[in-house]
Amino acid sequence: MSASEEILLRAVSVTKVFPGTVALDGVDFNAYRGKVNVLVGENGAGKSTLMKIIAGAEQPTAGKLVMEGHPVRFHSPLEAQSYGVGIIYQELDLCRNLSVSDNIFLTREIAPRGVINFKKQREASKRLLARLEHSIDPEKKVADLGVSSQQIVAIAKALAQNVKILIMDEPTSALTADEVSILFRVVRELKAQGVTIVYISHRLEEVLQIGDFISVLRDGKMRAEATVGDIDVNWIIEKMVGKSLSAPPPREGGAAKRVLLEVLGLSYARVEGGHHVKGASFFVRSGEIVGLYGLMGAGRTELLECVIGLHPDASGDVVVDGSPLPKSASVGERIARGLILVPEDRQAAGIVKTLTVGGNVILASVGGYARMGILPRNAGKSEILDMIRQLSIRVSSSDQLITALSGGNQQKVVVAKALLTKPKVLLMDEPTRGIDVNAKSEIFAIMNGLARTGIGILFASSELKEIVALSDRVIVMAGGAVTGEFGRGAYTEADLVAAAARDRVAPRSSGEG
Amino acid sequence: MEHTKKRVLGKTRQSLKLLVLRFRTVIALLVIIVIFTLLSDTFLTVQNILLMTRHVAINAFLAIGMTFVIVSGGIDLSVGSILGLCGMIVGALIDVGMPLPIFGVVIYFHTWFIVVIAIAAGAVIGAVNGVIVTRLNVAPFIATLGMLYVARGFALLSNNGSTFPFLNGRPSLGNTGFPFLGEGNILGVPVSIWLLVAVALLAAFVANRTPFGRHVYAVGGNERAADLSGVRVRRIRFRVYMISGALAALSGLIVTSQLIAANPASGETYELNAIAAAVLGGTSLMGGRGTIGGTIIGSFVIGILADGLVMVGVSDFWQMVIKGVVIIVAVAIDQLQENISRVAAIQEEKRG
Repeated sequence: MSASEEILLRAVSVTKVFPGTVALDGVDFNAYRGKVNVLVGENGAGKSTLMKIIAGAEQPTAGKLVMEGHPVRFHSPLEAQSYGVGIIYQELDLCRNLSVSDNIFLTREIAPRGVINFKKQREASKRLLARLEHSIDPEKKVADLGVSSQQIVAIAKALAQNVKILIMDEPTSALTADEVSILFRVVRELKAQGVTIVYISHRLEEVLQIGDFISVLRDGKMRAEATVGDIDVNWIIEKMVGKSLSAPPPREGGAAKRVLLEVLGLSYARVEGGHHVKGASFFVRSGEIVGLYGLMGAGRTELLECVIGLHPDASGDVVVDGSPLPKSASVGERIARGLILVPEDRQAAGIVKTLTVGGNVILASVGGYARMGILPRNAGKSEILDMIRQLSIRVSSSDQLITALSGGNQQKVVVAKALLTKPKVLLMDEPTRGIDVNAKSEIFAIMNGLARTGIGILFASSELKEIVALSDRVIVMAGGAVTGEFGRGAYTEADLVAAAARDRVAPRSSGEG
Repeated sequence: MEHTKKRVLGKTRQSLKLLVLRFRTVIALLVIIVIFTLLSDTFLTVQNILLMTRHVAINAFLAIGMTFVIVSGGIDLSVGSILGLCGMIVGALIDVGMPLPIFGVVIYFHTWFIVVIAIAAGAVIGAVNGVIVTRLNVAPFIATLGMLYVARGFALLSNNGSTFPFLNGRPSLGNTGFPFLGEGNILGVPVSIWLLVAVALLAAFVANRTPFGRHVYAVGGNERAADLSGVRVRRIRFRVYMISGALAALSGLIVTSQLIAANPASGETYELNAIAAAVLGGTSLMGGRGTIGGTIIGSFVIGILADGLVMVGVSDFWQMVIKGVVIIVAVAIDQLQENISRVAAIQEEKRG
């Protein structure tokens, strides 16, 4: 790195340990003054944790931050702000019930003698928004704005704090191409005004376009730092992925089985325009594990939710085992036809925390055990015990509360619940999120075992290693569309990353079977 | 051309629908007034309007405080009991004074000082609610439900379940004049109505024009975002309960003054009327949304409905049914309006 560049903020061997995992392991990170410092890495590489530490939302376990040559310690976001550190979170922390200018000036109200001067706030908001080339009405409620306008408001809010360093976490994940180019103009202008930008993105072409310096995180360690002018997309992918693994060879007898799930032209529109899912077509065969890879916001979760029937206004056809589902089919009807979803958010959507293990296992099939509408005391007991054995769920008794179980065992309970509905196709959204390494390999073994019994599995994951290790076939999504399809043995990890980064252009892969 | 015209027409129809939905409570209020005017000759007289407004005021004070609490994302079930307890504090202070056994004397305060003491007592009880909610992390529903019983219990204990009657005060003690609050007139308008106007204007000002007010909305709308923006979430939540308690005490003063007697049972179930008024006025129990103006209108709908139904001779039992239906319908329409206007706004943004 050229010595002439001045470092505004430096993270020095920052380590962050969470119970069970090391999120950051002795990471050094430099943010150069007045430059766009890009930070890239796979999901779970530690980017967000590092940014939260810089923004004062998390405290490092070890290591320190140095700002303009002085060691600093941010105990709260407020303290970080007072040093001129601003952050725009991906999920946009705005009060949707307040107006644009209320949000911009929240806790920094222009209020001489305790009375807010709305006129001044409006004018100042207008000026800030004009700087961002946006004419959003400052009096509008944030809830009434589209996502991209909300993004602009979040940036304006950070600008109002006179930031020296602005962290942007995936700022383009919800934006259209036009909006991205406006955002880039804004970023360049901020840069020209001397603001230091830390820019986190998954979109690699974008990174090359806007970045000055790039740092790559992988598995909690800083792997590389470079000047963007010296590198290309392949370099980034190589550093992100590490040793690029090739896919394992095809399983024996994997092909030529009958198709259990076929999805044709599935689209699901956003209220504010654009699509969550756009024209997705694919199929899953009996005994096949299909991986659904994509970055955050690529539409994987929405796709699975559409297939299971959570979004009745989605369009397109779903065919289960040869017979098309009526569009109006409810979740219950789809389950009866052989589809079932293991949802992403286990705590909120997977388990009922107040029930026992047994109660959770039979939850989805409880109707089948009722005799004349009454549930016998030991309803489904043998099936429950069967499942506990089959999936080796570690419990002392099926009457144990589910919350007493580890994350991995809870996930097995959710899978057991799904299996009791006798599914033909198992949809799994991030099946290994938040569970430890051993439990992960157990879940993998369960999935492989289920596939051998003829069940088709479609699982979404943002973890590359997992996708590569498990999938017979990989479907890659970006921006709501399917951007690639790869059979076993016919791709490398780098191919998947490249397809997932293919933002906003959606050439359909022709790799049907 | 034809197409554009149709679209514009469609748009105006939609905005008209939105307008009707947005002002539904005002429209409901006007409808109620028209119906009762037609059914009763004495309904729309100055006399009756002043009387009804005095009734409305008692609930409106509670509802204003409740609006702050609900907008912040909480609830205050203890206001009816605080009303009763503060009434009893006033009754005791006027009737038996404050005995100081050590000195062997009994202190009788000046009436206006008693008023201040009562309101301070309400604020303190509210502060206790606030501490329980913000420091002990007890859910607001439970914390204030507990306080509902505790405060009511103390109200009953204060005079063994009996009332303090004849609170006219004694000239020799210098504590006369208390009935003025509930019975007095200024320029021909009852004092309690003047107070209502003053408190409502002040509350609306605080809610809309001060940083505190904005922070209450921010906390209720998105507590995490408020926190990350540096809003002192705990302090805001603490203060709304104090405001609610103080206003409940004010309401208790007026009730006590009107009766010229402090009844330990007064204010029972008033908390529900206050919540109903706030919700009718467009306050969302999810927090973050609601206005003082809306709450005042909601109070009038509830109050006028109650008085009007009595005047036209509808039985108590039917009154309850009607009140319940009105509340449910109002909130159902409220949900509808929220959805429609959000979608409309986003579409408008797309077009613009």
